Amino acid sequence: MEIPYTYKARPDTGLYNAKVGIWLFLASEIMLFGALFSSYILLRVQAPDGVWPEMRLGWPHGLLNIPIGTFNTVVLISSSVTVVMAWASLKMGKIAAFRRYMILTLMCAFGFLGVKSYEYNEKFTHYELRLKNGEVHTGHLEVNGKHPGFWSFADIWNLDRLTKEKVAEVQFTADPPKPKAGEAHAAEAGHEHVAKAIKRDEISRLEAFIPRNHNFFAIYFTITALHGLHVFVGALVMAYFAFPGSRMWRTNPEQFTNRIEVVGLFWHFVDLVWIFLFPVVYLL
Amino acid sequence: MSLKAFHVVFLAASIMLMLILSGWCFSNYRDGGTTQDLVWSGVALASAVGLVVYTRYFLKKLRHISYL
Repeated sequence: MEIPYTYKARPDTGLYNAKVGIWLFLASEIMLFGALFSSYILLRVQAPDGVWPEMRLGWPHGLLNIPIGTFNTVVLISSSVTVVMAWASLKMGKIAAFRRYMILTLMCAFGFLGVKSYEYNEKFTHYELRLKNGEVHTGHLEVNGKHPGFWSFADIWNLDRLTKEKVAEVQFTADPPKPKAGEAHAAEAGHEHVAKAIKRDEISRLEAFIPRNHNFFAIYFTITALHGLHVFVGALVMAYFAFPGSRMWRTNPEQFTNRIEVVGLFWHFVDLVWIFLFPVVYLL
Repeated sequence: MSLKAFHVVFLAASIMLMLILSGWCFSNYRDGGTTQDLVWSGVALASAVGLVVYTRYFLKKLRHISYL
């Protein structure tokens, strides 16, 4: 027995099976991201604004790179335009144009992931240093003459690791002070980017900007990594349809066009999540 | 809801985001920010206008496709 409405729309609803399926799936995704968004917003509104660099007293506002986040937003909006153009090209019977638009979408998807990886790397190599005399700094660390890079979590330093590996002294380049409202960037201009030697015995806490450092980083990495995973899976599916999967166009163009519409719906959902994520995480 | 309808919803959200970003940059400028903040506010506003123009073009181009 043949399953009905696999690609022809059901006359009374105007929908084919896959479209019902993807909307049910997206409804479950809305619940997943909705729970995380609610958690983020509740944590954010209940915490006072952190007094940088004393992040523990409140919410560490302003630690994310807004120009990079804006660039990634533009990249994702562009990818939504190209994916819808790919679908429209199939509707008009233009398979070559479809493939061109899909390649552009893939470039946007992997561009987004590349920029996000850079942002993650920046955070994993950025440290909060707390001294026994009460001073707190954020900045970059140098251990045994090397700036620690990030390839795995084993590369991250903390006070326990300094003690274990018998590192007596580290070099620390503190971030410039953040200008207060009305001060423009005068405080930043007078700051010298000079590494200062700090003895291990003077340190009371050393922690990178990783999830365990602060609630902000925990939820930031959880939401953005989950979103990034969705971007990656979406890109893999689109790559399949742009190349080997496009053979279906020759045998059943209507079903192939429907599949691209379903992929496009998923991709729009992923982009829409980012449209909400960007102002909440970067600007709020 | 078809991809066409979802794309329109997405564009509406993107236009809203660009307006929010423009307002955010402008409020930074007003609170003692630099000229750069004012420029970014203008760029975000221009992007919102660009997205409105694109939405009109998109709806015109795909007028024969259903919203369902």
